[in-house]
Amino acid sequence: MAQEPIIALECVSKFFGHGEKAVRAAHDISCALHPGRTVALVGESGSGKTTCARIVMREYQPDSGRLLFRGNDATDTGSVCPKEYRRAVQMIFQDPFASLNPAHTVDYILRRPLALGQPHVKGRAADETIADLLRRVELDPGTVARKHPHELSGGQRQRVNIARTLAVGAQVIVADEPTSMLDVSVRLGILNLLNEMKRDIGVALLYITHDLATARYVAEDILVMYAGQIVEWGAVDQVLTNPQHPYTRLLLSAVPNPEIRFDNPGARLDPREVETIRREARHLQNRVVEVGPNHFTRCPA
Amino acid sequence: MTTVPLLSVQNLTIDYIGAQADFRAVDDVTLEIFPGEVFGLAGESGCGKSTIAYAINRLHKPPALIRHGRILFEGRDVLDLDEKALKEFRWHKVAMVFQSAMNSLNPVLRVESQFHDLLKRHRGYSKAQSRERAAEMLRLVDIPPERMRDYPHQFSGGMRQRIVIAICMALDPKLVVMDEPTTALDVVVQREILQRIDELRRNRGFSVLFITHDLGLMVQFCDRIGIMLRGSLVEQGTSEQIYHQPQHEYTKRLWASFPSLHGDPIKLERALG
Repeated sequence: MAQEPIIALECVSKFFGHGEKAVRAAHDISCALHPGRTVALVGESGSGKTTCARIVMREYQPDSGRLLFRGNDATDTGSVCPKEYRRAVQMIFQDPFASLNPAHTVDYILRRPLALGQPHVKGRAADETIADLLRRVELDPGTVARKHPHELSGGQRQRVNIARTLAVGAQVIVADEPTSMLDVSVRLGILNLLNEMKRDIGVALLYITHDLATARYVAEDILVMYAGQIVEWGAVDQVLTNPQHPYTRLLLSAVPNPEIRFDNPGARLDPREVETIRREARHLQNRVVEVGPNHFTRCPA
Repeated sequence: MTTVPLLSVQNLTIDYIGAQADFRAVDDVTLEIFPGEVFGLAGESGCGKSTIAYAINRLHKPPALIRHGRILFEGRDVLDLDEKALKEFRWHKVAMVFQSAMNSLNPVLRVESQFHDLLKRHRGYSKAQSRERAAEMLRLVDIPPERMRDYPHQFSGGMRQRIVIAICMALDPKLVVMDEPTTALDVVVQREILQRIDELRRNRGFSVLFITHDLGLMVQFCDRIGIMLRGSLVEQGTSEQIYHQPQHEYTKRLWASFPSLHGDPIKLERALG
C-alpha cells in the first residue's frame, strides 16, 4: 500500500462537553482510505463510529489531530476547498426512508447533485448520465426515474442513494450502516453493489457497521472501536481469525453462529467476564502492539 | 416433551381489509408450541409473522380480520374469549415483548410503579408486595434491584429491554411472545439477553415464540423453527433440520443471503427475487 491515501485521519480526537464531564467520543483515531479499498469500522452503539464518520464528512471539527485529503489539511482552517471536498466525499445513510426528499422524483434527486457536482454535464448528456447511473445501481431508468421515493422499496431507495453519491462524482463514500434497515434478502444486493463500485470506479469506502460478517464481505481492512478508541485494526482476515484484543474476541464470540447452540455450556458468555472486558476496554490504551504485518492492537501503557 | 401442545394455531387465515381488494397477510397457518419449547418464526418484513404474534394475543385490530382458523391455548380458543376472560388471559397466560420494547416503558413512571401497575391489577398486590416481586424479577435479568426507583431514561437500551422482559415474566406466563426483541441492540447485548432468557425458560419452564429475521441466531436459540413466505408457513422443522437440511427453496435462499463469518466469504448469490 505505497499508494497515497485519498483521506487520512491522523491522531484525531473529539470530545463533547467540558471539564470533568467531557465525553471522549473519539480518541487518537488514525486511519487511511485508499481508492478501490474498503475500511470497515465496527463497534457497538455508542462506541464512536458515527463520530468518526462525521469527522470525515467535516460535520465535526476534530479537537486535535488532522484530517488530510490527498495529503492536504481538510479541516476548516486547512487549504482544501470545501466544495471540492464535498464533491469527493459523500455519504450513504442508515435510514433509506428518511434520506431522500419525499417531494421530489428520483430524476430530480439525481439531477440536482449532477448539476452541482458536474456542471459541465447538461441537457441530453445529463439525461444520459442519469439513465446510466440508474442502470449502474440496477434500477430501470424507464420506470424508476419518474417515481417518488414512497413508491420504492427500502432496497431500491438505498440504490438511489448510492446513485446520488455517484452523480456528484464521489471518490470516497462513507456508508453508515447502509443495510441494517433493509430486509435480509436485499442486503446482499446492496453489499454487492458497493463491492462493484469499489472495483469498477475505484471509490474508497468507509463502511460503518456492527455486523462483523458483512464487514468481512465488503472490506479489506477493519477497525474495531470501543469507547472512542480503535482497540484493534488490520487486514480483515487477520483480525477476524486471530483476534488479540479482549473486546474483539468478545464481539466475535457474540456473532450469531448456527453451529453453537445456547445450551452448549462452552458457548456461554459469562456476564461478569463481559463486564470486566468492557470496564477494562474503557481505560485509555496508549500502547500499540504490532501483532503481525498489517495487524495491530492496543493495550494499556 | 409432552404431546399436548400449549398453543395450537390451526388453519389461521388473516386478511387486511382494503378498499378495493383484501390483502391476505396470513394464509392457512398451522403450528404448535409445546410447553417449555422455544419456537422460532422467521421471514422477511411483510411475511405475516408479526400479524400471527398479534393474533395470538388478540391484539389485532381492524382492518385485520381473522377469516378462519382457531388459536387454542391450553385447549381453549383464544378467539372466543370475552373481554373479561381476555384481560385474564393477557399477561397471565401470554406476555408479549414488542420489537422496540425498550421504548414501550412509560417514560414518566419509575420502574417499580410499572411493575406495580401490572401486579396490582392482576394479583391485587400492595406496593410493598409489588416491590418485593419487582426486586426478584430484576435480579433474574441481572439488574440491581435498587435501581427500580429509577426512570426508564436512566437505563441503557439493553437494560430497558431486560426490564420489559422482567415485567413480562412477573406473572409467570406460560408463553412469552417476542417479536424481534433484540434487533435494535448490538450483538454482545443481544447475546447476553437471549442467553438469560434461555436459562430462565429452562428453570421456569415457559415457552417462547421468537420472531426474527436472523436465521443464525434463531438456530442457536430455538428448538423448532417455522419459515414464512408471503403469509404461508413454507417449512417447519427442528433447528437442526432447518440448518442442515433445509427443504424449501426459499429457506435455502434465505441461508444464502447471510454473509458468513466463517468459511468461504465469496460464495454468495445475487440478491433474492
